[in-house]
Amino acid sequence: MPDAGAQQAGLKADRRLMLLEAAIRKYQYRKDALLEVLHTAQELYGYLDRDLLIHISKLLRLPPSHVYGVATFYNLFKLKKPGTHVVTVCMGTACYVKGAEDLVLAVEREFNVKRGGTTADGKLSLFVTRCIGACAMAPNAIVDGETIGKATPEVVLKKIRAIMEAEKD
Amino acid sequence: MAEVWEASKMIELTIDGKKVTAKEGDTILKVARENNIYIPALCYLEGVSSFGGCRVCLVEIKGSPRVFASCVTPVAEGMEIITNSERLKRYRKWAVELLLSERPHVCSVCVANGSCELQQLATDLGVDHLRVEREWTNYELDLTHERFAYDPNRCILCTRCIRICDEIEGVHTIDLMLRGKNSKVIFDLNDKWGFAESCTSCGKCSAVCPVGALYVKGKPHSESKRKELASFVTSRRSEKTIG
Repeated sequence: MPDAGAQQAGLKADRRLMLLEAAIRKYQYRKDALLEVLHTAQELYGYLDRDLLIHISKLLRLPPSHVYGVATFYNLFKLKKPGTHVVTVCMGTACYVKGAEDLVLAVEREFNVKRGGTTADGKLSLFVTRCIGACAMAPNAIVDGETIGKATPEVVLKKIRAIMEAEKD
Repeated sequence: MAEVWEASKMIELTIDGKKVTAKEGDTILKVARENNIYIPALCYLEGVSSFGGCRVCLVEIKGSPRVFASCVTPVAEGMEIITNSERLKRYRKWAVELLLSERPHVCSVCVANGSCELQQLATDLGVDHLRVEREWTNYELDLTHERFAYDPNRCILCTRCIRICDEIEGVHTIDLMLRGKNSKVIFDLNDKWGFAESCTSCGKCSAVCPVGALYVKGKPHSESKRKELASFVTSRRSEKTIG
């Protein structure tokens, strides 16, 4: 049974919520399991929206401001709904030196999207991140989970266009 | 809480050449202030936990090349502490300059002008210009609360408000979001203050804010600040120990 507070928090009592609450029970409502719980929530929902954070803070009996602080501290947690497809460009030192900025600018111009934002039609999100640990292959871009090493603006744009085309069919 | 009632072991140490006795486990800053030796500090607040964030209360301990944040370093038997050397003054000056450069601290248009701990410290340390470029951040002013106002542009992220809200008032309405220089003090889920449900409007945060980031509306800042704190800071200040 989903927790009664879920309805108050404006969350739908669906399978995702059930799994999230099962995970929280597994951690025995421990306050120090917040990170694991946030990870589970993001995996299930794709992003952490306001209602979800309120619900988590109530179940773990943590102050909402603390939960929000932790969720914003880490780059991995998304507070806004990302687009159907996600492009992440590594802006670590090595990638930056090797021209990651050009990759970001190319994607921004081509698809009319700002870094950290999503296109108006909700199809594509562009994120920048700190070092992903593949400096030998700099600059790196991650398109829908697939890492492109030694990326050039042309290769990245081609890859994104291919995904967008594939979706249309 | 049994250990509270046990007789604390007393130890002897030297601060600035002066022999003092202290309770074991006390921090250097506490012992120094008890003995009328002034060590400047910004994030330290008596009564709540310390985290050594501002790096203004640095001291030297004989026998170590490092400097130590005195608010979080416990005293030890036979310690020889220097609270005021050229090196420390240089470090403190840098710390204050970096704090000033992080946000657009413009004293002439600030409510705290004249009662600001950061301003006072900068004056004491002789900060007349900044050696680094400023960040002209442009955060939105939050005037939604009926009694208090919050200006993130004046915040030095000392987290005094966060600690007092959590440890003394016990509601933890305030916390930090993001990290590094992008950190920002927030209420609940980054809500406007007036809409933060958990806030009890107790006003402790504005009373302990060392700068003009949190303040009471329509009241001179010097009046809304915690009186004993202000008098404590001023009474321990002397020309000899600083700047």
